[in-house]
Amino acid sequence: MRYLDREAFGKLVDALAGAGYDLIGPTVRDGAIVLDHIDGAEDLPSGVGEEQGPGTYRLTSRDDDMVFSWAHGPDAGKRFLFPAREVLCTAKRNDGQLTVECRPGDERPFAFVGLRSCDLHAIAVQDRVFLDADPHYARRRERALFIGVNCAVPGGTCFCTSMGTGPKCTIGFDLALTELPGGFVVEVSSPRGEQMIEVVRSREATEEEVRAAQAVTTEAEGQMGRSLDVADMPELLYRNREHPRWKDVAARCLACGNCTSACPTCFCHDIVEGMSITGDTATRTREWASCFSEEFSHIVGMEIRKSRESRYRQWLTHKFASWIDQFGTSGCVGCGRCITWCPVGIDVTEEITAIRATDGEVEVAEEVMAS
Amino acid sequence: MSASTKPRVAVFKMASCDGCQLQILDAEEALLDLAGAINIVNFAEASSYMEPGPYDVTLVEGSISAPEQIEQVKEIREQSKFLIAIGACATSGGIQALRNTQDAGAFVRTIYPTPEYVKTLATSTPIADHVRVDLELTGCPIDRGQLLGALSALLAGAMPRISTSSVCVECKRRGYVCVLVAKGEPCLGPVTRTGCGALCPAFGRGCYGCFGPSQPPNTDALGRRLVDLGLPSKLVADKFRFITGWAPAFREAADAIADGRKDEEVAAP
Ligand code: SF4
Ligand code: SF4
Ligand code: SF4
Repeated sequence: MRYLDREAFGKLVDALAGAGYDLIGPTVRDGAIVLDHIDGAEDLPSGVGEEQGPGTYRLTSRDDDMVFSWAHGPDAGKRFLFPAREVLCTAKRNDGQLTVECRPGDERPFAFVGLRSCDLHAIAVQDRVFLDADPHYARRRERALFIGVNCAVPGGTCFCTSMGTGPKCTIGFDLALTELPGGFVVEVSSPRGEQMIEVVRSREATEEEVRAAQAVTTEAEGQMGRSLDVADMPELLYRNREHPRWKDVAARCLACGNCTSACPTCFCHDIVEGMSITGDTATRTREWASCFSEEFSHIVGMEIRKSRESRYRQWLTHKFASWIDQFGTSGCVGCGRCITWCPVGIDVTEEITAIRATDGEVEVAEEVMAS
Repeated sequence: MSASTKPRVAVFKMASCDGCQLQILDAEEALLDLAGAINIVNFAEASSYMEPGPYDVTLVEGSISAPEQIEQVKEIREQSKFLIAIGACATSGGIQALRNTQDAGAFVRTIYPTPEYVKTLATSTPIADHVRVDLELTGCPIDRGQLLGALSALLAGAMPRISTSSVCVECKRRGYVCVLVAKGEPCLGPVTRTGCGALCPAFGRGCYGCFGPSQPPNTDALGRRLVDLGLPSKLVADKFRFITGWAPAFREAADAIADGRKDEEVAAP
C-alpha cells in the first residue's frame, strides 16, 4: 500500500491530464455531485456531502475538505463508455457512389477519477454485453484508466454489501484510494497503476494508515442505507410472475424510464436511422432506450408489453433474475441509483422484499413455468 | 429533382400564434436543402404566392376555433395526400382550449367592444377531431429537428417515427440533473412526450407538458407525487390544464384532481 498526500494526489491527476487523458471525475453541478469532464483535482467536490432517499437527493455541506465523503451521483462510467447518443455509422452518396463509415472515433482516452466499487462492478457487467460485440465500446473501454475510491459514506439507498459489489474496490481498477483526513492510502493493482504513481511523490503507507483505511471500509459496510436478500434468485422472481405486487407497483410507477437510465448496467438502446433532406447523407445513431417505454416493445405493428405492470415486471425480473441466466451475473450492483432517481421513489429492495414475504401466493401453472 | 417532380408541400394555419410555422422559417441552413427537395406551393407566412391543390404533403398549424375553419380544414384534407397536424394547438387544441370548460361567449363580450363581429366556436379542438390526420407533430412550438426528420423520412418513402417516450428519457440522455428529485420542483416530464430535448429541465425548471401526454401516462401517480411535494391539488390540476390541457389524458387527470377524487383515493387505505 502506498500513501499520497493531497498535494501529490493533485499532481497525479494533473499528470494524467498532461499525458493526454480526458479526465472524468465528480464535480458539483446543478445541485448534485455529477460525473463530468474535469480539469483537475480542484474541480472535485471538496467539503460537499449528499443525502439520498427514495426519489430525493440533496447536497449538504461538510466542515472538512474531504473530496470523496459521499456515495455517488446520478451517473456512473456508463455515460462515458456507452454514451447516451452515439453515431455508429455514416453513409454518403456522391456521384452515385455510396461510402459507409462505421469506425470508432479517435477521442482521447478517459481517465476515471473516483469511481466507486459498484461502478467498477457495473462496468464489468456491461463488458459482458458490449466488449466482444461492439468495437466502439471496446476501444473506449480498453484505453481507459480507472482510479477507484473505497466508499466511506454510503448513500441512503445503497446496498452493495448485499450484492457483493462493495464498498471496497475489488476489481477493475488501476489504483484504488481510501481517503483519510490528510491524504490517500493507495492500492496499486496494475502495471499502468505502477507507472502512474511513479510520476508523483508517494511513500509506503504506515501500518497505522493501512489500519485506518481498513476501518473506513468496515464502518461503511455497517452504514448501508438498504439491504436485500437475494437468496433463491432467479427462481424467486420466475415463480412469482403472477404475484399481486406487480399490479401494486404498476399503480405507482410512471414508466418514465429514469431507473433504467440511471442504472449503471442497463444497456438497452434504440437504433435510429436518420437521413438528410437532400438524401445524400445518412446516419445510424444508437441512443439509450428504456424497457419502460411502450414503444420499446414495438414489433411489427404492435407493442408486446402494453401494460406498465408487464414492463415493470420485465425490468425487475431481468435485472435481478434472468440476467443471471443470460450473463452469469446479477444485473444489479446495489448502487441504489434507481431508487434515488425514481421521481416517485419506487424501491427495488422493497418490491423484492414484498414479493418474498408472500412468495408463492399465486401459483403459476406448471406448463407456464416449463416453457 | 425538377420543380415539377418535387413533392408539392403546403402550409396552412387555423387558430394559432404562428410559432410552429416560424420553426420552418428558422430552419436556416436546412432551408436551402428543403427548398431544393420540395416545392412549397402555399405558405402564406412566407410568401403571397399561392397555388391551389392538390398537395402531396400539407402541414396544418392551429386549432379549430371558428366556424369557417371547420369547412376550411375539410377542404384542405380533400386536397392533401398526407396531412400533418403541427403543434400543440393542432394536436390538442392548444392553450386556447382553456375556454372549453368556460363560457366562451362571456370572454368575447368582455374583451371585444363589438362582440357581434366575432364569430367563435365554444371550443377549441384539434384537427384530428374534424378530419383524418396522417401524422401529428406535437409541441409548443414543434421541434424543428422532428419536422425535418419527418419530411426527410417522407421524401425517402418511409413513415416517420415519432417517439412517444417520456421527457425523462431524453433528460437523462442529456445528463441533466433531475429537478424533481434534486430540488423538489414539480415537473411533468415523466408523463410528457419527448421532443423538446428536455429544454426546461436543462434550465433547472420543471417540464410544462408542451409536447402532450407520453405513451399512456400514469398521471394519477405523478399527480399524487406533486401533491406530496407540497403543491395544492388545485395547482396540480392547473399544471395538467396548461399548454396541452385538452389532450384527453391531461384533461382527465386535471378533472380528477380538481374533483378531489384523487385526494380521497390517497387518503383511502
Ligand atoms: S438496479 Fe438499481 S440498485 Fe441495481 S445496479 Fe441498477 S440502479 Fe443500481
Ligand atoms: S420505477 Fe420509478 S424511475 Fe422507473 S419507470 Fe417507474 S417511476 Fe420511473
Ligand atoms: S427533471 Fe423532469 S423530465 Fe427530467 S428526469 Fe426529472 S422528472 Fe423527468
